Amino acid sequence: MSREIVQFAGGTDRLVLVGIQRRGPELAHRLAVLIEAKEGVSLPRGTLDITLYRDDVGTIGPKPVVGETHLPHDLDGTCIMIVDDVLFTGRTVRAAMDELTDFGRPARIGLCALIDRGGRELPIQADVVGKRVDARPTDRVDVLLAEVDGRDAVELVRVRGGGAGD
Amino acid sequence: MKPLLIRGGRVIDPSQHHDAVADVLIADGRIAEVGQGLGVPDGAEVMEARGKVVAPGLIDLHVHLREPGREDVETIATGARAAAAGGFTAVCAMPNTDPVTDNQAAVGFIVKQAQAAGAARVYPIAAVSLGQKGQQLAEFGELVGAGAVAVSDDGHPVVSSHLMRMALSYARTFGIPVADHCEDPTLKAKGVMHEGLVATRLGLHGIPAAAEEIMVARNLLLAELTNGHVHLCHMSTRGSVELIRRAKDKGIPVTAEVTPHHLTLTDDACEGYNTNAKMNPPLREAADVRALRSALKDGTIDLIATDHAPHHYDAKEREFDDAPFGIVGLETALGLGITELVDGGLLTLPELIDRMSVAPARVFHLPGGTLKRGAPGDVVVFDPAARWRVDPEQFLSKSRNTPYAGRELTGRVVRTVVRGRTVHPG
Amino acid sequence: MTERFLGKDLLGLEPLTADQIRFILDTAEPFKEVSERAIKKVPTLRGKTIVNLFFEASTRTRISFEFAEKRLSADTVNVAAAGSSVEKGETLVDTARNLEAMRIDMVVMRHPASGAARFLADRINSNVINAGDGTHEHPTQGLLDLLTLRDQFGRIEGLKVCICGDILHSRVARSNIWGLLKLGAQVAVCGPVSLLPMGIEDLGVTVFRRIEDAIQWADALNVLRLQLERMHGGYIPSLREYNRVFGVTVERLEKAPKDLVILHPGPMNRGVEIDSRVADGPHSMILGQVTNGVAVRMAVLYLLAGGRPEMAEAAKGRAGEVTE
Repeated sequence: MSREIVQFAGGTDRLVLVGIQRRGPELAHRLAVLIEAKEGVSLPRGTLDITLYRDDVGTIGPKPVVGETHLPHDLDGTCIMIVDDVLFTGRTVRAAMDELTDFGRPARIGLCALIDRGGRELPIQADVVGKRVDARPTDRVDVLLAEVDGRDAVELVRVRGGGAGD
Repeated sequence: MKPLLIRGGRVIDPSQHHDAVADVLIADGRIAEVGQGLGVPDGAEVMEARGKVVAPGLIDLHVHLREPGREDVETIATGARAAAAGGFTAVCAMPNTDPVTDNQAAVGFIVKQAQAAGAARVYPIAAVSLGQKGQQLAEFGELVGAGAVAVSDDGHPVVSSHLMRMALSYARTFGIPVADHCEDPTLKAKGVMHEGLVATRLGLHGIPAAAEEIMVARNLLLAELTNGHVHLCHMSTRGSVELIRRAKDKGIPVTAEVTPHHLTLTDDACEGYNTNAKMNPPLREAADVRALRSALKDGTIDLIATDHAPHHYDAKEREFDDAPFGIVGLETALGLGITELVDGGLLTLPELIDRMSVAPARVFHLPGGTLKRGAPGDVVVFDPAARWRVDPEQFLSKSRNTPYAGRELTGRVVRTVVRGRTVHPG
Repeated sequence: MTERFLGKDLLGLEPLTADQIRFILDTAEPFKEVSERAIKKVPTLRGKTIVNLFFEASTRTRISFEFAEKRLSADTVNVAAAGSSVEKGETLVDTARNLEAMRIDMVVMRHPASGAARFLADRINSNVINAGDGTHEHPTQGLLDLLTLRDQFGRIEGLKVCICGDILHSRVARSNIWGLLKLGAQVAVCGPVSLLPMGIEDLGVTVFRRIEDAIQWADALNVLRLQLERMHGGYIPSLREYNRVFGVTVERLEKAPKDLVILHPGPMNRGVEIDSRVADGPHSMILGQVTNGVAVRMAVLYLLAGGRPEMAEAAKGRAGEVTE
């Protein structure tokens, strides 16, 4: 994936990796380390929390947690690679793009997703994908990372019936 | 008018230390006879009163009937009917109407309206000072001649000690009491509830107990000086109780009243900014309630008076600071007395009737308060065990401002008789 | 959980739990960051209508709320009304009903009568945020004071905070007392006895008669504005005497055993309750309070506007994103 990212960006010149909370930033960090080792450069990284940009503020739940957002100062002219763990409906990425453009005007934005599970509700596609997974709408696809969850894993949880949760 | 025989009830007449099952015969508007197994005179109506209590009609020395001036919230007629529903055969109407009852025409008006209403008797209380402005004495002689039974500037205190002294002395000529709303206005200032922890938490200005006690002390000293009869309205603090007790020990001519709400509620009732718990003097602390109850028991406080104060729903549906002071009380007084004071173990039923009928009659020198032969035919029959729920929408009063809505009470009036005529149920 | 975490309204800090207060402070952190961006706006409350209903003149609180609302992309309307119902001839009940009929989402209200916010909240379905009711509470001020202290000390628990001045008439003092006590601070008040409310010790608050003693004890002072009316009301003889006896001056602070943090809700009476050199000095966090004010208010608006659990459950049921 790191190779494809560099290929997509046409070099590491103006590349910035921005991970979407949660777990995106950890993935972005791992990818950045790989790229830095291979290309011998230092990559600027960012963290984005999209909770405040969601299109459904009424459904955020009774106790919403807003995570940290931290971006490199000047985004103008950069090539931003959004890094997310699971690409599903596409709404998270839409919110991320809205938020990024409030910070500046990147020359280009790309999307890198570890897992693409299909089920898009918006016309959004990943430029770099780790693995495609065939999941039903009622299934859950969870990515676990050692930094956050203690181990690395991708879990497909089949849910009987139509309800959410186990 | 037909004679009325009330048969088989528990007849409680504290004025004659009578507490036994008996019959009561009322004829020609007066008590004809109380005894066992009375015969039924020709044409008499018979009321079976087994299991009920028969007592001299209750007398409320302190009500506000709002007429003239605020007929939208109460009239003499509606107030008199509400009184009858509460078991009262007589009430005394305070003069802070619009215009103030400070001349004989105004007194006469109240008397006339009361007669027309034909429910409980209404005795006017006239103002101490013209317009209740606290400057010039009203003409007590004229007022008493027209029917006033006492004088008061209630609503306001008599601030000037000189004027109060003059009033107490002058009132002696006519044998009437001067009833004072004891309050130092500069201490009361912008206060809207009792000054204490609850007021601090709610962020409301408080009225300290001392605001009342200062004027109580002053009035007692003036009563001692003049030998005039001072009647202290709606006592609310344990400090006031102490002062009155010592004064009575010295033989000073003072009488005092307490309201049902000051005997049963504390300033906790103001939680949530409940404007139906806003009155003056305010509800105070548990220790004050305890002291008032003991005082009522041992006679330091002579009687219960409701300070019935009707207000419009819109007026009370306001920020606490802006809402007017006062609650209605005629239709809940007996129920509260039985539930909280008798069933609560403080008073016996005869003692309650003494505080609500015998003592009021004695203190204001009114007819009634007794079932002696020849006494006025003013009688209340009530069921001491009936359970009911307070529903302000059912009140006969025009106003609904009570903190007791929804409360379950024991003790309900069954019939009220004035001058031998049944005035409730109407 | 069938109730919103914070309920429908924010009327005061007294009804909240320590958890709820901490949650609001935590939620304010990301909003601090939003105010540092070049584009100080997030679309979160886009399309929500918020009315700032101020029955008392107030520039700073109203502006702070307005910034908070606009930075959340809400539509705001400012209504400046006369004081009491009696003065302006329209009752608070009617005002409430009219607002409801215009289908507004939230009301931020400041009113001179204690209990007015509760009065309104009981009668309309919109969220009501108390921006100060009489002498009762000013919860967002209490929250931003807590946040400012937490920024400086890293915690509230065990902190010694003394509130100085006219406690009797202060809603800021009351909200601070509730918030600090619930989060485990030690709370004291200091001022002329005539300006201390009855029963204050029963709330668990220490009383210092002299400012020197308070300065010896405290980690932080929250200095309240002393109003001219107090002199006219006979509570204190003069502002000059107040400054001489209770003023937070450089000389007094020099005798402090540690570096005291100074807070003030503003606006300041320089030279009365606080010296200019103290207000502008290195230990003053007064400007930090103002910055935190916008973040705290954004957090409160955000938490009250969203958070309908049934809708969240329904959204999860649609198998949307893992929301977390």
